[in-house]
Amino acid sequence: MAPTWLGLPARRGPEKFPAAARRALADSQLRRNLRKATTTIRTRRAEVVAELEDWEQLRAAGKAIKDQALASLDGYLEQFERAATAAGAQVHWARDAAEANAAVAAVARAHGAREVVKVKSMVTEEIGLNDALAADGIAAVETDLAELIVQLAGDRPSHILVPAIHKNRSEVRELFLQKIGGVDPALTDEPHRLAAAAREHLRRTFLAAKVGVSGANFAVAETGSLVVLESEGNGRMCLTLPEVLVSVVGIEKIVPTWADLEVFLQLLPRSSTAERMNPYTTVWTGVHPGDGPQEVHVVLLDNGRTRVLADEVGRQALRCIRCSACLNVCPVYERVGGHPYHSVYPGPIGAILTPQLVGVENASSLPYASSLCGACYEVCPVAIDIPEVLVHLRAEVVESKPHRTAESTAMQAMAWVFGDERRFAAAQRAARLAPLSGLVPGPLSPMTRWTSARDLPPIPAESFRAWWQRERGGAPEGGGA
Amino acid sequence: MRVALFLTCLDDTVFPETGKAVVRLLERLGHEVDFPLAQTCCGQMHVNTGYQREAAPLVRRFVDVFAPYQAVVSPSGSCVGSVRHQHETVARHVGDERLATSVRELRPRVYELSEFLVDVLGVTDVGAYYPHRVTYHATCHSLRVAHLGDRPLRLLRAVRGIDLVELPQAEQCCGFGGTFAVKNADTSTAMLADKVRAVLDTGAEVLTAGDNSCLLHIGGGLRRLRSGVRTVHLAEILAGTE
Repeated sequence: MAPTWLGLPARRGPEKFPAAARRALADSQLRRNLRKATTTIRTRRAEVVAELEDWEQLRAAGKAIKDQALASLDGYLEQFERAATAAGAQVHWARDAAEANAAVAAVARAHGAREVVKVKSMVTEEIGLNDALAADGIAAVETDLAELIVQLAGDRPSHILVPAIHKNRSEVRELFLQKIGGVDPALTDEPHRLAAAAREHLRRTFLAAKVGVSGANFAVAETGSLVVLESEGNGRMCLTLPEVLVSVVGIEKIVPTWADLEVFLQLLPRSSTAERMNPYTTVWTGVHPGDGPQEVHVVLLDNGRTRVLADEVGRQALRCIRCSACLNVCPVYERVGGHPYHSVYPGPIGAILTPQLVGVENASSLPYASSLCGACYEVCPVAIDIPEVLVHLRAEVVESKPHRTAESTAMQAMAWVFGDERRFAAAQRAARLAPLSGLVPGPLSPMTRWTSARDLPPIPAESFRAWWQRERGGAPEGGGA
Repeated sequence: MRVALFLTCLDDTVFPETGKAVVRLLERLGHEVDFPLAQTCCGQMHVNTGYQREAAPLVRRFVDVFAPYQAVVSPSGSCVGSVRHQHETVARHVGDERLATSVRELRPRVYELSEFLVDVLGVTDVGAYYPHRVTYHATCHSLRVAHLGDRPLRLLRAVRGIDLVELPQAEQCCGFGGTFAVKNADTSTAMLADKVRAVLDTGAEVLTAGDNSCLLHIGGGLRRLRSGVRTVHLAEILAGTE
C-alpha cells in the first residue's frame, strides 16, 4: 500500500516521524539500497562541484536571483503571464491543489483524453494530480523510469530526484515481470534491459497521447518561457509529441530574466545528478505553429506558498530548485529514506518545506527530524540555511501548543535553574545525590531512550565551579579585562 | 592576556577535567584565566528544541557575564557556534534589539579553544606530550558552524608521542544532535553505530574531539559495547605533559 502523505486531499500522516523512521531502520534491504545510492551520488556531486572554481560565487548568485524574484514575486508573475499569453499560452491561476487539479482535468476533458502522459514533476505529486485525474476517469501515465516503477508498484516516491531509490534492480525486475503486459519472461536485472522493457512499454503511449502534463524547473518572467531539465528524453517526448500541453508550475519557480538561467543551468545538474550538464533541456514559450503542442496551458500554483513567503526566516525555503543534494548528504535521510517524512518533499528540504506548506501543527515532528549537523546547508546550491529554518520552525511548534507539556515543563524548569548560578550549583550537587528528572534514567524519563543504546558517564564528585572556588577562592565575578 | 573561560553547562557539571585542562594549558602558555562564576548555560539546548523565549534570559546572562572580557574561550565548537549564529536570532525572536546589538558586540571576542590557540595566540605546538594512539572526530558544529577547519588537527599533529590516525568519514554526524538523541533515538542510534564502527576500524585507544557533547554520545556507545576505547577532550590531550 502506498504510504500516506501530508497535505494531500483527505490524507493525513498516520504517524509521527520517529515511529515511521523506526520501521524503516529495521528494513535491511532499504538500508543497503539507500546507503549505496546516496553515497554514490554525493561522492560524484562533490567531484563535479570541485571542478568549478567559481562554485561559491554561482551559489551566491543563485541565492540572490531567487531572493530578487521572491521579493517582487507578484510583479514577476504578472510579467510572466503577459509574456506567455502574448506567445499564445493560456495561463490559469490556482490557489490550491483542488483548483490546479480541476484546471488540468478540464483541459483533458475538453479534448476527450482518457489518458495523459506525464513528465516527472514534484508539484503534480504535491497536489495529488494522478489520483484527482483518476477520479475523473483519466489515467495519468508516468514516463520517467523511476516514476513508472513507483506507479506500477502502487508506491510513492521516496526521493525528489530518484523516486525509486528505495528499490534495487532485482526488485524492479520482479515488478516489471508482474505488471507490464507482454514483457519478455527472460528479462534480467541488467539496467539496460530494464530500461529497454520500460521504453517498449511507454513508446505506444507516447505516440497515442493527446495531452501531456508537466511541471517546470524554471519559469522566465521576461520571456514567458518554461524550462524542464531531465535525463531520459521521456520529458522531451511528453513536451513535444502531444497536441496539448498543460504545465503546473509553483509560483516560486519564477526567475526574472533569460540570462538568469545561465546560473541555474550550472547549479542544478551538478547538484542533482552530479552531471556537468543534464542530457535534455527543453524550453518552450507559448505556441509555435507547426512545431510542438498547438495548445499550451500554464497553471500557476500557490498551495501555501504565499504563506511561506510571509515568514521572514522560513521564506528562504522557496529558493529551493529541487536538486535533492540535501537528501543525499543527510545522515537521517540516508538511514530512513523518504517515506517516514510522509510528504512528496522528504529529507532536509522536506523537513522545512512540508510544515510550512501544510502548517506546523500538521507536521510537528518534521522540524525535529534532524540532528542539525549542517551538511544540507553546506551543499545547497541556493544556500538555504536549513538548520536555521528547522530551529525557527521548532519554536513555532512549541509556541503553537496551547497547553503545557512534560517537555515544556522540564525546559522551563531548566531555564529557571540556569537563570541563576546558585540554583545551577545546587542542581549540580543534587544531580550527584538524587535522581534528577532529566539526568537519571527512570521508566518515564526520556533518558531511557538514551540509555537503550548508550551508557551515561557518572556525575563527578565535584563540578568545575566547585573546584575553581576551592582552588582559586572564588575569583571576583565578572571582573574586567 | 586575561582570558575568560566559558566552560558550558555540560563540561562544568559532567566533564570538569576538560575545564581544568583549559586552565592548565592557557596558564602554561603564559595567560591569566578567569572563570566568571555567574556563567551557567548559553541556551543552545533550549534554542534547538524550540524554546527560544526561555533561552532569551540565558542569552542576556551570557552577554552580561562575558561582555567585560577581551577574550572569551570555550572548549566547545558547538556552544561557540550557538553564540555566533543563534544568540542574535533569539534576541530578535523576543524583539530585544538592544540585546541583539550587545550580542553583535561581544560575538567577535568569543573563540573556540583551537581557534584561540592557532589564530589569536599563534601557536600550534603547545608543548604537549600524549603517548597514545588517537583518532579525531571533527564534530558537525566545529566543522560546519564554527568553521574550525583543520586547526584541531594541526594542534594534535604537534603533540609529542601521539600516534594520530585518521578517522574514516570524520565529517559524518555521530547522531547526537542534543534532544535529537532522545526524540529520534532510533535514528540517532543508527548513526551512532556507523560512527562507532569507524572509530573501532582505526584501532585507536582514544577518540578525541572539540566537543564533550558528541564525546558523551559516541563514548556512551563505545562504553556500552565495552570496546575499550575511551573518549578524551582535545583540551586534555593538549594539556598533557611528560
